[in-house]
Amino acid sequence: MKVDPKDIIIDIQHISKAFGDKVVLDDINLYIKKGEFLTLLGPSGCGKTTMLRMIAGFLGADSGVILLDGKDISPMPPHERPLNTVFQKYALFPHLDVYDNVAFGLKLKKTPKEEIDQRVKKVLKLVSMSDYEDRDVNSLSGGQQQRIAIARALVNQPKVLLLDEPLAALDLKMRKDMQIELKEMHEKLGITFVYVTHDQEEALTLSDTIVVMNEGKIQQIGTPMDIYNEPVNSFVADFIGESNIVNGTMICDRKVEFIGHEFDCVDEGFGENVPVDVVVRPEDIYIMNNLDAAQFTGTVQTCIFKGVHYEMTVITKEGYEVMIQDYNCFEVGSEVGMLIKPADIQVMKKERICNTFEGEMLSDSRIWMLDAEFDCEPQEGLSKGDMVKVEVPFGKIDLRDNLDEGSTDGSVSFILYKGNHYHLTVITPEGHHIYVDTNDVWDKNDIVGIHIDPADMKITKISE
Amino acid sequence: MMKKILAKSYLGLVLVLLYAPIAFIAIYSFTTAKSLGNWTGFSLDLYSSLFTGGRAADVSSHETLSALIAALNNTLLIAFIASLASTFLGTLAAIGIFNMKGRWKAAVQFTNNIPLLNPDIITGVSLFLLFVFLHFSRGYLTVILAHITFCTPYVVLNVLPKLSQMNPNIYEAALDLGATPMQALRKVMIPQLRPGMISGFILAFTMSLDDFAVTYFTAGSSGLDTLSTYIYADARKGGLTPELRPLMTIIFLIILAVLLFVNLRNFKKNKSLTI
Repeated sequence: MKVDPKDIIIDIQHISKAFGDKVVLDDINLYIKKGEFLTLLGPSGCGKTTMLRMIAGFLGADSGVILLDGKDISPMPPHERPLNTVFQKYALFPHLDVYDNVAFGLKLKKTPKEEIDQRVKKVLKLVSMSDYEDRDVNSLSGGQQQRIAIARALVNQPKVLLLDEPLAALDLKMRKDMQIELKEMHEKLGITFVYVTHDQEEALTLSDTIVVMNEGKIQQIGTPMDIYNEPVNSFVADFIGESNIVNGTMICDRKVEFIGHEFDCVDEGFGENVPVDVVVRPEDIYIMNNLDAAQFTGTVQTCIFKGVHYEMTVITKEGYEVMIQDYNCFEVGSEVGMLIKPADIQVMKKERICNTFEGEMLSDSRIWMLDAEFDCEPQEGLSKGDMVKVEVPFGKIDLRDNLDEGSTDGSVSFILYKGNHYHLTVITPEGHHIYVDTNDVWDKNDIVGIHIDPADMKITKISE
Repeated sequence: MMKKILAKSYLGLVLVLLYAPIAFIAIYSFTTAKSLGNWTGFSLDLYSSLFTGGRAADVSSHETLSALIAALNNTLLIAFIASLASTFLGTLAAIGIFNMKGRWKAAVQFTNNIPLLNPDIITGVSLFLLFVFLHFSRGYLTVILAHITFCTPYVVLNVLPKLSQMNPNIYEAALDLGATPMQALRKVMIPQLRPGMISGFILAFTMSLDDFAVTYFTAGSSGLDTLSTYIYADARKGGLTPELRPLMTIIFLIILAVLLFVNLRNFKKNKSLTI
């Protein structure tokens, strides 16, 4: 998609940043169009706030540039940037009253007094806080303080308004109301909004464009519809909304196999017999009592009333667990039939199909990889010091409670349920990523010992 | 009941013991006897002598009294300059320390605490040696420098907690709204830190007021006297100048008034907050 450079207000090019050893942003490329509501979405620690702080100018990048209207603003200190920020905890000045908080920026710019007065009154009206001019900011509620914080930023007529999880501290009801107000403000003012949040629902509600981030990388950029209906990988699918994510095989164009059945789909171009991830949203599985018309059958395991719909888990005959949302209730224990329409099946390329580590032979049956020593089967034709590539299938990595039983250890950082097993991402203290398929239940941040059976390693020499 | 009476009388005893010396001096400031302990009848002569430099009532010589007044002036001037400078330096240092990270922060904070615990006599002697080494002629300047040295850590200690109470985004919010770092410091940081700076200033002022050891070593033989060194020398010459009694009584009353004022104000503030 080509965009007229004139429509781009912020252009982020090859931005990287590390704090010590930890890479928080890894070669970020992103452009923000004039007037759009763009949301940086991701779990905590994904780098979204760091990115926002860089645009605001509170942090410098290790490499890369940020262009504002085509001009590099990297060397520009925050007070010279025509941007304003709304902070998570409001950051109002407690020694000033509401009026002086809002007028702060204008007074610094030596704006004439009458104009300040006019603009402050206008912006306070915009955030529906007109009668609060003389109030002490400490006497305001959280929602009111946030309105003042927004007014304080908007009064300076910034080119871009940056919002760092501005609603995170509010209760649910207030948050919903403020979301609607923010959206209205954005439409009314036509200013570009860059919004940071970890709340996927908030992102879907507010944004024109969502940027999903994880571990310092952009996972997907798209409209809320794109992101929800066509997630590019299992992380995005899992993070946005509820989903069934399972392993599958693309048999040929428009035909995919998963949960033990063959389905028609609309995806093409993956090749033949290629392993893929398949995503089906719970509301896209049709559930019925008629077993004959069904593509596959199963038994209802749980059924929970969620207000608008029922949420059911069904165990299929082949032993896969699927989540289904439907307006009708199906009794626990009853036999049901299920159907998925081709357009509701989202097929995603697998990022990897097995673990690949680089290592060095220490002897013919010892190997150095993942910053630890592992046993391997005696390798013919390999000698000490040879660099090798080691491939280990996801299912062959053994996680142990007892750290001493592992050659190294790591902490569970991401858990994905794939219908009949868990797919875990384990990160070692040195930052290596290990992907594990297991039936055991682990919790996030569990520390586990990592053991690999010598027979499960496929070792090949890396030629110079 | 018995327990209550015992507890109260114990508290009373402690208070009496604490305040007896001051009360003693205050009482004897109303009699003109040269040596403490002799009551020669009620009189306000010592007060009028103190305020007129010995001209109104003939208790001590004019010279003695003008030396005493000079010492008092020196004390106040040194305390004022030293605590003002300490407040400035200490506040900046606290902001610096607060923004440091990890091991360095701990190390600098530890270093800041050393002068607080270090015996005055060691601080005094080491500063004395430093000034001699640097060929500084000792006098006003060296005493003020020395007082700034041992007062600054108290300001740092008073300002640091205010920094941790502050919303960390406030400084950035000011920059974001177009303030230069200096403007952000002046318009946003300082107003937030003011209570800590004021209590730091008061503490520094009192520490400077009653310092003896450091002043004694850094004033040298310049003839510069503060109240504490004057009283020390005076007592060695044989008996305290009687006018010291009303002077101390007045100083005590001023401090009492300041304390009452501050505490009553806090009390009122808390009350208005709870309503």
